[in-house]
Amino acid sequence: MNWESVIGLEIHVQLATESKIFSGASTAYGAAPNAQACNVDLGLPGVLPVLNERAVEMAVRFGLAIGAQINLHSIFDRKNYFYADLPKGYQISQFETPIVGEGTITITPETGKPRTVGITRAHLEEDAGKSIHDLFPSQTAVDLNRTGTPLLEVVSEPDMRTAQEASAYFRQVHTLVRYIGICDGNLAEGSMRCDANVSVRPVGQEAFGERTEIKNINSFRFVEQAIEHEIARQIDVLESGGRIERETRLYDPDKDETRSMRSKELSNDYRYFPDPDLMPLTISEAFVERIRDELPELPEARCARYIEQLGLSESDAAAISSDIDRAVYFDAAVAAQASAKQCANWIMGELSAYLNKQDISLAECPVTPALLAQLIGRIEDGTLSSKTAKSLFDALWEAGPDANVDELIETLNLAQMSDDGALTLIIDDLIAANPKQFDELRSGKDKMLGFFVGQVMKATQGKANPQQVNEIIRAKL
Amino acid sequence: MSEFSSLREMSTGLAKGDFSSVELTQEHLSRIQKADPSINSFITVNPENALAHAAQADQQRAAGDQRPTVGLPFAHKDIFCTSGVLTTAGSKMLSNFIAPYDATVVTKMAEAGMVSVGKTNMDEFAMGSSNENSFFGPVSNPWNTDCVPGGSSGGSAAAVAAGLVAAATGTDTGGSIRQPAALCGITGLKPTYGRVSRYGMIAFASSLDQAGPMTRDAEDAALMLSVMAGFDHRDSTSAQRDDSWLAELAVKGIPELDQPLTIGLPDEYFRTSEHMDALEMAKAELQKLGHTFKHVSLPHTESAIPVYYVLASAEASTNLSRYDGVRFGHRCENPQSLQDLYERSREEGFGQEVKRRILTGTYTLSVGYFDAYYLKAQKIRRLIAQDFTNVFAEVDLVLAPTAPTPAFKKNQLTDDPVAMYQQDLYTVPTSLAGLPAMSVPCGFSQGLPMGMQLIAPAFREDLPLMLAAQFQRHTDWHRRRPGDAS
Repeated sequence: MNWESVIGLEIHVQLATESKIFSGASTAYGAAPNAQACNVDLGLPGVLPVLNERAVEMAVRFGLAIGAQINLHSIFDRKNYFYADLPKGYQISQFETPIVGEGTITITPETGKPRTVGITRAHLEEDAGKSIHDLFPSQTAVDLNRTGTPLLEVVSEPDMRTAQEASAYFRQVHTLVRYIGICDGNLAEGSMRCDANVSVRPVGQEAFGERTEIKNINSFRFVEQAIEHEIARQIDVLESGGRIERETRLYDPDKDETRSMRSKELSNDYRYFPDPDLMPLTISEAFVERIRDELPELPEARCARYIEQLGLSESDAAAISSDIDRAVYFDAAVAAQASAKQCANWIMGELSAYLNKQDISLAECPVTPALLAQLIGRIEDGTLSSKTAKSLFDALWEAGPDANVDELIETLNLAQMSDDGALTLIIDDLIAANPKQFDELRSGKDKMLGFFVGQVMKATQGKANPQQVNEIIRAKL
Repeated sequence: MSEFSSLREMSTGLAKGDFSSVELTQEHLSRIQKADPSINSFITVNPENALAHAAQADQQRAAGDQRPTVGLPFAHKDIFCTSGVLTTAGSKMLSNFIAPYDATVVTKMAEAGMVSVGKTNMDEFAMGSSNENSFFGPVSNPWNTDCVPGGSSGGSAAAVAAGLVAAATGTDTGGSIRQPAALCGITGLKPTYGRVSRYGMIAFASSLDQAGPMTRDAEDAALMLSVMAGFDHRDSTSAQRDDSWLAELAVKGIPELDQPLTIGLPDEYFRTSEHMDALEMAKAELQKLGHTFKHVSLPHTESAIPVYYVLASAEASTNLSRYDGVRFGHRCENPQSLQDLYERSREEGFGQEVKRRILTGTYTLSVGYFDAYYLKAQKIRRLIAQDFTNVFAEVDLVLAPTAPTPAFKKNQLTDDPVAMYQQDLYTVPTSLAGLPAMSVPCGFSQGLPMGMQLIAPAFREDLPLMLAAQFQRHTDWHRRRPGDAS
């Protein structure tokens, strides 16, 4: 039988506010355990939550970025359950009336056509703390630093059909939240985590199969692997005559398998009800419009602009625009008069390779957009060959943002030789030294042209302009 | 100065230099030491802190601080968090809890130079109408020590009635300021919901809890309220209002009413004649002062008690989830697992009434019951509030009994929670509507004090304060003391 999988994701986006969603404690990552849990976070008797307006702005920004309905009136509810890292015994979330309603996100999977994924809703909530089970034997340590960190939970429709699509969607949300500056996108620090709802059905069947939920996946790769695995497992169960149980599963990346966490029948009754400590959240049209006005250019629009106005190829445009830092770097270089195409090549080529190799971000890149633009300018005016340009890039990387391009070209003697006379002398010497090869070239063996050009480049340490060398040799024939 | 001096009288004495705050505070502490063993109105008395603050207040006065509140002793209900001092909420669960911070009300009182002598007894987590649900033992009514003082602010009411302090803070969720005020013959004001910050006040039912003053008379209530009230950015439900009239009231005293009021008498509150003589006499007095009465109807009154117990218990059931033995409060010995830690810490730490309400609340919020109980109760709550809105289109104030009976005997109602809940019959509707209401001593029944309740539109505490002040200028019920012939 042929199977089709149906996938929906719930993505928890950690909002990049400085303080927590209901308290003034810092959200900075990596502090000593419980150093950033204030009285409110600790759930001490008598404390009260006060909503962080920045978190609301960020939620609205997301809603506007996905063309969603913004609910001017939304409600915070208590989700009640007991756990050691949930100090109040309830999580403040939004249940029936979220701040962001239906919207859409367009994804382009690595294989396959672009498609639109429906967003059911996005709501604000507070994160819980962390339970650490392996620190002390037979005891659990609780770190409440993360308690109260603002989260935007983005719930998709079951619109994805392959693990690749799900991964592409996760990436797209990652791109988007970084674009609009609401999340640092740091997956390793847990800034984005997702739960995947997965079911399978025979191709052609309309009704969904029973689904399972895979909890807490925190990398693009794991999303794909976990879903692939779960699809295979479900098909296996069904084909061997079994039934899929509605349950929550955990993905274990070490073993590449999912395993059952708890069955839904045994799950909590969360006893949601409106939190009486918080007034219903009411925002004005003006507030929404102000945020709309402040929205940056979004990835799709940027990609289209790169293709239409700057003449980039679709793949370059997509690659550059898919990351806000890269796009901003690119725009800055282009603004500094660099050729857009060259710029894209350098960013996707040399620059990315260096960044990867040294494991640093664009923000820390020692070669500034202005320097890259100057380097490209010196290629275009014939000063640099592609080879010496790479040497210059090396030098710029070492020299840092205050480097002077022309001084470096001078000091390192990287300028192309474009003196016809000097080149002719070198070529004449080479012809004299290699008469046999020159005869072959003359008799039509074009391959020998490469030999002579190569020899010239060698003799000039790569500084000769190959075009010019070509022309001089041809003139000799 | 006598042990029954009001805050105002003591303030005058301090201003004139008749006595210092240290002397006054020492006097209060001695009275507490002497008389409280038979009343049990205090859970914690902290002489050292009190005397230190009193000395500070004396210095402030000497340096020219003329605010009337500087150096006045009072007591806090043990529901307000006080840094460095035990805060128990009357529960074993918090019998070891020392808060690392001050409630906003505590900060405000301290900033006003007032001197807290200690923390008063109360029903556990403010759940109760008799103060018999305290881990620290029941409180006796100073008028008859076999009787309860009412609850949940029973310790505050009894301390004021016994002359141990002139004023105390209280909190009122369904009548917890007004009913004990009535049963102890003192003046108690529950302000409009949102008037006083709830920050640092241990929550029972968040949408109903409101702090207010418990005092000898309306003048002192106004003085206390002027200190306690005000917007607090740490409480999202606190109201941003112009409080300047309150500050003026505190300085100048309560002005005379400039015109007679139309006072509503809701039929639903006058269905019985039992214990109503005092109220009838008070009505006659008010009429003599020129006020007119009008019969009005609050048709949803009879639903108020069930609605209140659904909503308050629902909120309480989750407000009390934080008491899990993990971070503070009572923790069971040698827990074997997380589940065991929860079960035994909560089993051991909470008293019976608290457990009853947690169970009730958990039930009404559960899937399958939520609509029938919680949502329905919310709808009726809106109808109850609407009843008052309708009535206040016709009248300035509503007059009602505060409690259906005078103080009852200890153990009389402990086995019948539903009968106990009826104590809140006349106070709960205003709580559900979020309105200000005041209990004012108005006479006696069976030798025990009775209170009349003055209910006003939202944020119109000025009306009951002015009417009560006027009433108290013409009567002396508020000056009667336990032991006086009644």
